Amino acid sequence: MGLTMVEKILARATGQKKVRAGQVVEPGVSLAMSHENAALVINQFLEIYRDTGLKPRVWDPDKIAIILDHRVPAESSKTATNQKKIREFVAAQKIKKFHDIRGDEGGICHQILPESGYVLPGMVVVGTDSHTTSHGALGAFSFGLGATEMASVWALGRVLNVEVPGTIKVVVRGRFPRQVLPKDFILYLIGLISAEGANFKVLEYHGPLIENMSTSGRLTVCNMSVEAGATSGLVPPDKETLRYLREEARIRGKIEIFGPDPDAEYERVLEIDVSGLEPMVACPHTVDNVKPVGQVGRVKVDQIVIGSCTNGRLDDLAVAAKILKGKKIARGVRMLIFPASFRIYQQALKLGYIADLVKAGAVIMNPGCGCCLGVHQGALGDGEVALSTTNRNFKGRMGNPKADVYLCSPAVAAASALTGFITDPRKGGK
Amino acid sequence: MARVVLKLGDDISTDIIYPGRFMATVLPTETPQYAFADHPEFNARLKGGQIPPGSVVVAGKNFGCGSSREQAASTLKGHELVIVARNFARIFLQNAINLGLRLVVCPEIEAEEGDELEILPDKIINRTSGKEFKVEPLPEARQAIIDAGGLIPYTRQRLLEKVACRRKA
Repeated sequence: MGLTMVEKILARATGQKKVRAGQVVEPGVSLAMSHENAALVINQFLEIYRDTGLKPRVWDPDKIAIILDHRVPAESSKTATNQKKIREFVAAQKIKKFHDIRGDEGGICHQILPESGYVLPGMVVVGTDSHTTSHGALGAFSFGLGATEMASVWALGRVLNVEVPGTIKVVVRGRFPRQVLPKDFILYLIGLISAEGANFKVLEYHGPLIENMSTSGRLTVCNMSVEAGATSGLVPPDKETLRYLREEARIRGKIEIFGPDPDAEYERVLEIDVSGLEPMVACPHTVDNVKPVGQVGRVKVDQIVIGSCTNGRLDDLAVAAKILKGKKIARGVRMLIFPASFRIYQQALKLGYIADLVKAGAVIMNPGCGCCLGVHQGALGDGEVALSTTNRNFKGRMGNPKADVYLCSPAVAAASALTGFITDPRKGGK
Repeated sequence: MARVVLKLGDDISTDIIYPGRFMATVLPTETPQYAFADHPEFNARLKGGQIPPGSVVVAGKNFGCGSSREQAASTLKGHELVIVARNFARIFLQNAINLGLRLVVCPEIEAEEGDELEILPDKIINRTSGKEFKVEPLPEARQAIIDAGGLIPYTRQRLLEKVACRRKA
């Protein structure tokens, strides 16, 4: 039997011909990413070196990326002090892949990594963020871990005692109907297999729909694979991956493309046809509480959010701008837009999307993740309802346990902004 | 014997264990004050010292799903709680092992608040109901970390071995 994508990647990362699901390995890390929680990683890293007589030195400063995105600019003196501590560490350790709060190169970590060309197919990527699953969109094995585990990676350059995950193969056929987007597919899949349906597994995506999907859409799909519990999402790299890496990530050097063996052994194979798929909505308070938009009922919305690591890319903003151009969002609705990076912000400015959105009544926020998890801006009031293109609707997620968060695609979000109620984009707004 | 002090359902996210709005607080010495902050009554009992170390939180499946925030493990470790759940989400499970927080995987567990549990390596005996439930072992891959007392001492040990090796060479 052949190897799955993750088995192949981990075999390379451990210098072996093959590894199998269930085997315990210690792969070398190609890229180790942190954001503001680098403050805790630094603390744990120094703790490892305490009383050893060794000088604390990261194993390879060129393989560490730190992106400030969760609370930018700082909302409190505590955060500002932590960010300062991170900058001092970055300078002392000579870490170059550092993205501070800047309008030319800042943004959300899961957008900065791919667009800066930091991720290549076949890499082992780890990040102190559960949505590190995103980078499987470029054919890397990419997964989230905690701060102490990252400190261990910084010291040793490998992840210790990793069990090679089993793989669920997801074959997706058909074409999206009008106004149905990659977000609707991943919400549907999470609803189908549940919030723990892929716990400790890799979701490996195949089929004509995935082959025809842009890297942006693949990032959305892999990003939210963790909401089904997956260790990582993975798309075998192909022509589109090469196009993205050359044209958008501006990689000049060699790019190696490989996929799983045709006779790879999967734990389970799921076949999905999206031809009849409808726009989907995840209702409070779990991501697997998914319904077609038409079955959600009449839900009045106070705040609409478009953005985040899930749906803040140029095509997402284009979908929203197209729906809102020349119209006005409903009175009583606050609409917040968080582009995923400043590069995307600048492209959206050039293409006129930003003007269309602002004229309709939306507010453009600076790229960042804070709103999604209720740590920065856009908190909800008691009893309020948010409709958001972000990735989680857990109780308390947007800063208030007495509020409700619904999740959807940018098309559903924009159509709903016009009516003030959760609205099917196929029927349009007013 | 350990008493069940809190019973929870399925899919308890790290946002419930440690709400995002307290995430600017990172140090394990400071996180315990915000444990289950959106369960104000339970949080007050924890902070008031009314819950002795070794007390048990019982939960359903997928405990610790969501964000990778390590605060969710360090806040529970700070109170020396023991978490018994039907199963755990991956990152939380690893964070807990790395920090030495005690987790017990017990797929059939039935217990109510106030019940007294006897937790043995292979089973849990609910002394209040008289029922017994099988315990599943934690991932074998992580045993070395558990034995070393957590990932920091384990990494320190590995680092020193690596340096010694290099010096010999």
